[in-house]
Amino acid sequence: MSQNVALGVPSSGSPAPAAGPAAQVPVPSRRTFKASPYLLLIPAVVILLLGLGYPIYWQILNSMRQYGLEQQFGQPAVFVGLDNFVRVFTAPDLWAVVVRSIAFCLVNAFLTVALGLGFALLMRAVNKVVRIILQVSLLLAWAMPMVAAVTVFKWLFDFRTGVVNWFLTSIGLDFFQGFSWLAKPWSFFFVATVIIVWMSVPFVALSIYAGLTSVPDEVLEAARIDGAGPWNITMRILLPMIRPVISIVLLLQIIWDLRVFAQINLLQQSGAPVSETNLLGNFIYQMGIGKGDFGGAAAVALFVLALTVVLSWPYVRSLMKEDAL
Amino acid sequence: MSTATAPSIHLHASDVARTQHAPGARRRKIGKILLSLLAIGISLAWIFPVYWMVLSAFTPNAWLRTTTPEFLPVHATLANFRAAMSGDGFSNSLKMSVVITITTVVAVLAFAFLAALAISRWRFKGRTTFILAVLFVQMLPAEGLFIAQYKMLSNANLLNSVIGISVLYTAAIVPFTIWMLRGFVAGVPADLEEAAMVDGLSRFQAFLRITFPLLAPGLVASGVYAFLQAWNEYTVALIALPSGDRATLPLWLSNFLSASAQRGVDWGQVMAASTLIAIPVIVFFLFVQNRMTSGLVSGAVKG
Repeated sequence: MSQNVALGVPSSGSPAPAAGPAAQVPVPSRRTFKASPYLLLIPAVVILLLGLGYPIYWQILNSMRQYGLEQQFGQPAVFVGLDNFVRVFTAPDLWAVVVRSIAFCLVNAFLTVALGLGFALLMRAVNKVVRIILQVSLLLAWAMPMVAAVTVFKWLFDFRTGVVNWFLTSIGLDFFQGFSWLAKPWSFFFVATVIIVWMSVPFVALSIYAGLTSVPDEVLEAARIDGAGPWNITMRILLPMIRPVISIVLLLQIIWDLRVFAQINLLQQSGAPVSETNLLGNFIYQMGIGKGDFGGAAAVALFVLALTVVLSWPYVRSLMKEDAL
Repeated sequence: MSTATAPSIHLHASDVARTQHAPGARRRKIGKILLSLLAIGISLAWIFPVYWMVLSAFTPNAWLRTTTPEFLPVHATLANFRAAMSGDGFSNSLKMSVVITITTVVAVLAFAFLAALAISRWRFKGRTTFILAVLFVQMLPAEGLFIAQYKMLSNANLLNSVIGISVLYTAAIVPFTIWMLRGFVAGVPADLEEAAMVDGLSRFQAFLRITFPLLAPGLVASGVYAFLQAWNEYTVALIALPSGDRATLPLWLSNFLSASAQRGVDWGQVMAASTLIAIPVIVFFLFVQNRMTSGLVSGAVKG
């Protein structure tokens, strides 16, 4: 494949000045080095433009048009400037959803990373057998398809015959007899948090553990000889050395938890109060696909994209810096 | 130990250390046992939902409705599986899922591999911009785009089609895969390839025989990542496959639960359906888990 590229480039390039055979040899190879990377990028760039680029363009265009049900049936979409933004962002329901989404994202991301870090340190502290038991159970949880996981948790938290209510009732908390977890916003989000933390901790724990094992033994040995106890070794050597891994997984968690849509959507299907449990994605989904207000949905979606970029900007910059590009 | 050569202060210090050793060791041992118990408790808690899913799948519904749950498989039956698989729903969705996943994995691996090669082997104008774009694009949430993607597919008459959703999946998965593979490609020194070329192989041969085998773990890890993403995906499937009879397995499962809810959820059947979807993924995942974890992590760490 790369040979074809190497052969194809000189023939399509500008004609090389006539030179002796000795001088000609390096020319094609140097040209290959210039042209090949762009050719190699073409498929990825094309698919990204098609699957993500065009939708973003459509979204920017239609966030400034009146695009509702009438336009679905052939009416031309009228340019309305920033009307959609004004309409959507002056409505109080959006801001409730924004605050809820950010709070949910931060709570889940930090909880996940804190637990993951704790589990990783625990794996380092225990012997091999116990560590493998913990790793296998984390892997099993990680491997669970998201929809199957949400379905199982719905069953666990089922109000009538779920294990959670049975357990809480049997330890004397009669409040939970027949308690409908998904019917109230606070317990709805408690269940959602349990699901998301359960699903996300394995990746974080195993990544951080891999980072911990990459800390050279000599460094730890040297610290031990200098009289550092386990606490000092953890706080002053291990954590600083694995900081890059922790920031990467925290970055990923924040981004992933801001895009929580499916879990909420699936939980809402069992009769939850929809407007009080919507996160941003669900809000957009209902506005666009539910009510057919594509202009307004596009405006909110652009806001979500901007929010993602702003939230992740410092992390991306630090990643790029670390990478010494 | 080193009494003959060590200065007296050092000797003194090591004596102090030795006298503290005995009670410290006992305390450490107790601490270690407590930590092990904690680790085993966490393992049980984390594995319980998976266990409960499989157990419920094999339990007749009559027993699931009793007020006191049974934690062991005493009434095992396959009736739930038979009921969940009856009708066309399951087999149609299985077909959809297989076709879409294979299309996506092949496209993702090919596109991401070429791009990873480009950015890790060449320094070119626009490289930093491309990496920056990849980093940002992989962070874009599906819900920030899916209304537009829905309209795009519907305008192109590609709703409910394999090709439409595969394009969206590939575009969504390629960025992270590039980032992941990049770490692997950078980990194989270009010198190795050049050495092989000095020994008389062409660039293509050198790549195929030297670099490619070394990249295999990275490709496997990326392939598994792409497979899991596509196989388990729900959000994009929800908007791209609105017609119920073209559902992928995750979508089918959620429809199955909703349909069951109308006549009082038959949790045995729903758990059987969940198990059918989860078990192949879990088996596959555990089968490649070593490469998977090291792949995700080393990609992330090096990346």
